[in-house]
Amino acid sequence: MTAPLLPADVAAKLEEHFPAVVVEAGDALVVEPAWLGDVARFLKESPQFSCDYLVHVTAVDYMDYFEVVYYLNSIEHNHGITLKTRVWDRDDPVVPSVVSIWPGADFQEREVYDLVGVRFAGHPNMKRVLLWEGFPGHPLRKDYLWEQV
Amino acid sequence: MNGADAPFFSPASDIDLLEGQAVNELIASARQAYPDVDAALQVVEGNLLTTTIDRMLNLGRKYSVWPAFFGLACCAIEMICTAVNRYDIARFGMELFRASPRQADLLIVSGTVTWKMAPAVRRVYEQMPEPKWVLAMGSCAISGGPFASSYAVCPGANRFLPVDIYVPGCPPRPDALLYGIMMLHDKIMKSSIFTKAEAAS
Repeated sequence: MTAPLLPADVAAKLEEHFPAVVVEAGDALVVEPAWLGDVARFLKESPQFSCDYLVHVTAVDYMDYFEVVYYLNSIEHNHGITLKTRVWDRDDPVVPSVVSIWPGADFQEREVYDLVGVRFAGHPNMKRVLLWEGFPGHPLRKDYLWEQV
Repeated sequence: MNGADAPFFSPASDIDLLEGQAVNELIASARQAYPDVDAALQVVEGNLLTTTIDRMLNLGRKYSVWPAFFGLACCAIEMICTAVNRYDIARFGMELFRASPRQADLLIVSGTVTWKMAPAVRRVYEQMPEPKWVLAMGSCAISGGPFASSYAVCPGANRFLPVDIYVPGCPPRPDALLYGIMMLHDKIMKSSIFTKAEAAS
């Protein structure tokens, strides 16, 4: 069983390297989107965390803001951490891509873009993956309405 | 002239002679009985079969409906079960699931059709040669089923295909699919080359 790391402990460690990037460290570690790439690379490459496996990328629409969620695991230490970031711009939410860190994020970030509409800056192929080109809107947004065919 | 001298035979009158001649001629010509009027048919019977072109074509079509090898969702599993030996679709001459739609007669729309998949389904149908039939299998292919109000699911295959038979169920058992196929057989037998549009749905 993968042991969950305490977000507060990880936040304390992060403070040493990246001061004032942690927004919240309750159930999960929430960081500023501008620092997401640096924090993700640190969590992957530091020997203490060594989170080399990105389990899942998803996003939640809280109406006020979008929360992009990353589940990170370490194969070596068999521990995991939930990393989140919040973006408040509803018209054009942009989060840095982590494809350069975990190539497996490629399709999952495209799916998040497809269904929730969060763009990932630096993604090599940022387009829809499930729905077709020309589909109106992003259907997993809470305010999404569509006309019954 | 008294009665004893009177000749025993009176001379025959002309009309009597004609009558006798006619009877004798008839007797002479009636040595053999006429053959029965349906004797010619008795020769044909057992050796010839009469039918109509419609019925002959329909029988051929009915017993060789080759389905396209095409599955969309969980209904496809039931369709495959229908094909294997427990339910044995080969009884109807249908065991040849054709990998190419160009060799198929029946498109079994077996499962949920998403709008993204719909053009591919339609292309498979368009590649099939006439006469061809479409069987909508399961709730999703009939009306979209539980996904009818989804933004991504086509609410019924009849939105873009002419469907001949609807088989309800979620998914329908192989028995139900076989019953639908038998209904299709009935439909084929009722079709005619003179109403081509109806026969080809």
